[in-house]
Amino acid sequence: MANVLIVAEQFGGAVRKATLHAISAGREVARRTGGTLHLAVLGKGIGPVAEELSGYGAEVHAADAAVLEHPLAEAHAPVLVELARAVQASHVGAAATAFGKDLLPRVAALLEAGMATEVLGFGGEGAEVTFRRPMWAGNVLAEVALATPVKVFTVRATEFPAAAKEGKGAVTAAKVSVDAGALRTRYAGFKEVKSARPELTEARIVVAGGRGTKGDFKPVEALADELNAAVGASRAAVDAGWVPNDWQVGQTGKVVAPELYVAAGISGAIQHLAGMKGSKVIVAVNKDPDAPIFQLADYGLVADLFKALPELAEKLKKSR
Amino acid sequence: MPLKILVTAKRVEDPESKIKVKPDGAGIVTDGVNYKMNPFDEIAVEEALRLKERHGGEVIVASIGGEKSATEIRAALAMGADRGILVRHDGPLDPVVVSALLAKVFELEKPDLVILGKQSIDDDQNQAGQYLAARLGLGQATFASKIESLESEAEQKKEPGVKLAADGKSVAVVREVDGGVETLEVSLPAVVTTDLRLNKPRFASLPGIMKAKKKELKELAAAALGVDLAPKVVVKKLSEPPSRKGGVKVQDVEELWKKLHDEAKVV
Ligand SMILES: Cc1cc2nc3c(=O)[nH]c(=O)nc-3n(C[C@@H](O)[C@H](O)[C@H](O)COP(=O)(O)OP(=O)(O)OC[C@H]3O[C@@H](n4cnc5c(N)ncnc54)[C@H](O)[C@@H]3O)c2cc1C
Ligand SMILES: Cc1cc2nc3c(=O)[nH]c(=O)nc-3n(C[C@H](O)[C@H](O)[C@H](O)COP(=O)(O)OP(=O)(O)OC[C@H]3O[C@@H](n4cnc5c(N)ncnc54)[C@H](O)[C@@H]3O)c2cc1C
Repeated sequence: MANVLIVAEQFGGAVRKATLHAISAGREVARRTGGTLHLAVLGKGIGPVAEELSGYGAEVHAADAAVLEHPLAEAHAPVLVELARAVQASHVGAAATAFGKDLLPRVAALLEAGMATEVLGFGGEGAEVTFRRPMWAGNVLAEVALATPVKVFTVRATEFPAAAKEGKGAVTAAKVSVDAGALRTRYAGFKEVKSARPELTEARIVVAGGRGTKGDFKPVEALADELNAAVGASRAAVDAGWVPNDWQVGQTGKVVAPELYVAAGISGAIQHLAGMKGSKVIVAVNKDPDAPIFQLADYGLVADLFKALPELAEKLKKSR
Repeated sequence: MPLKILVTAKRVEDPESKIKVKPDGAGIVTDGVNYKMNPFDEIAVEEALRLKERHGGEVIVASIGGEKSATEIRAALAMGADRGILVRHDGPLDPVVVSALLAKVFELEKPDLVILGKQSIDDDQNQAGQYLAARLGLGQATFASKIESLESEAEQKKEPGVKLAADGKSVAVVREVDGGVETLEVSLPAVVTTDLRLNKPRFASLPGIMKAKKKELKELAAAALGVDLAPKVVVKKLSEPPSRKGGVKVQDVEELWKKLHDEAKVV
């Protein structure tokens, strides 16, 4: 029992990109334990998604049932528990998305397993895998061991490469013995935040705005569009209701690591830095020369964002 | 229908404090560090109080930890919670153990609703609520938020974001998930964990602080609850991440563009 089970995430008939990073992590753990990698995907009408996932060379266990149509942890968890036992998994993992963070602890509890959240990398020797993870908003790195037969983890997507396709795995139907009538949770709707821009956690460039925008995100969005970038925000901007919660970058929001991160009107609180300090190049535009963000920005510009961002967007347009 | 609500108040390092790792990597430097209630738990307490104000009932606040954790319970009582339970345990904890102990408290109190924070800002594990729901066989609604913003009229009126159904048998919870917000209905008893946008927690008033001193605070010994107290999540070593050095200040947009284009080559 040293196999690895990675739980894939699908949305609207497609595999979420974060899953590909979790597959990389799964391959690494399987190499260490000498076990086999298995993939699980749950939902309704997920045949094509399972087929797509089989291109990563591992056996895909597809749990296809009406009761799994929506991502209810209460319905998904028992299916994964049964599957983890059936494939003799010693490690069960997923990407640290909202879906993974909601579901995996419930799976862990039912498997009487310890769990590590937002894993950045693996340590230890041979089959004794330890987990490197952030604490205190990323101010501390901890190496943790899980002292249970089964070990559960979620990984931070930005810390693992997206898996490349290799080989062809079989697709098998996973057993679903969930009584829909006995569920204590009911799905009652989803309000999607639609965006034509790249996904925040996947974008090559992120332009983020904070309280300094005073609620006017137009310059931030215009620069983002010029750069084909995603838009991010500080908690202050989200709390004020200026932008969707989905845009929050930080300890308790999304973690991003783009090639370029532009922080405009963001002071640089540690909780914000926790979500973007892995970016390759950081630009800060802030009118306060003493703003803490300048202590880590590669390029700092002391300026009014309402002047500087449009100027930069114009410059980019002209230079193309 | 009156609601009996159990909320948790974990003692954590103040999020404003500077965290340093001890040279031997066995812990963090605690000298000069202030402690307070986990910010997500303040949101949980606030939500419980609003539900009680709307529907009647009782708010019980529990914390697991050493005797100092009584401070965080008192802080919740000062906000308006009715009574407290301190589960005394002086060693390392993990979400496995915490949830097992909270399950015992649940069995003793039989609340209609348990509200926890989505994560503690020290360990950032984001697990305890989900473990608790699984242990108790209850439905879970994690990352509770609301449709209205924190600047909205509903928030000013201190309306609860968690909505009790007319029949009093379930709650509707709006959740922050990837790509939008989702609504779940969960049968009571249920477990809810709070996200940031659920509410703005109130400050304790002076009379509230005075009253809190007289409220009941019961102590239970963790060792007497029949729970395996050996942590399963074993922290082997702490270290500080490589720090990132600041770069240069540029004079104007022209120079910024040149740096990005010619030096960093990202645009
Ligand atoms: C130096 C150091 C060493 C440590 N060593 C170990 C170790 O060896 N083994 C180990 O297992 N752990 C260890 N811990 C961590 C342990 O103390 C954590 O508090 C524990 O893992 C709980 O996880 P969490 O608070 O991140 O849970 P989360 O799942 O993030 O918490 C979510 C919610 O659960 C509730 N909650 C959590 N804990 C409590 C509580 N005590 N009382 C009331 N409510 C609570 C709160 O509402 C919180 O918002 C160590 C910590 C430090 C700082
Ligand atoms: C439990 C907890 C969790 C948290 N989680 C997160 C998180 O995940 N993400 C997050 O971001 N925060 C988080 N925070 C909040 C964090 O501590 C800060 O409060 C927040 O990041 C501040 O946002 P800000 O930088 O936009 O606002 P401020 O700190 O108010 O900074 C605004 C900045 O804009 C500048 N400015 C104003 N006008 C202009 C202008 N015209 N042009 C240029 N600059 C201008 C000002 O000089 C200032 O530096 C959390 C806090 C807690 C307690």
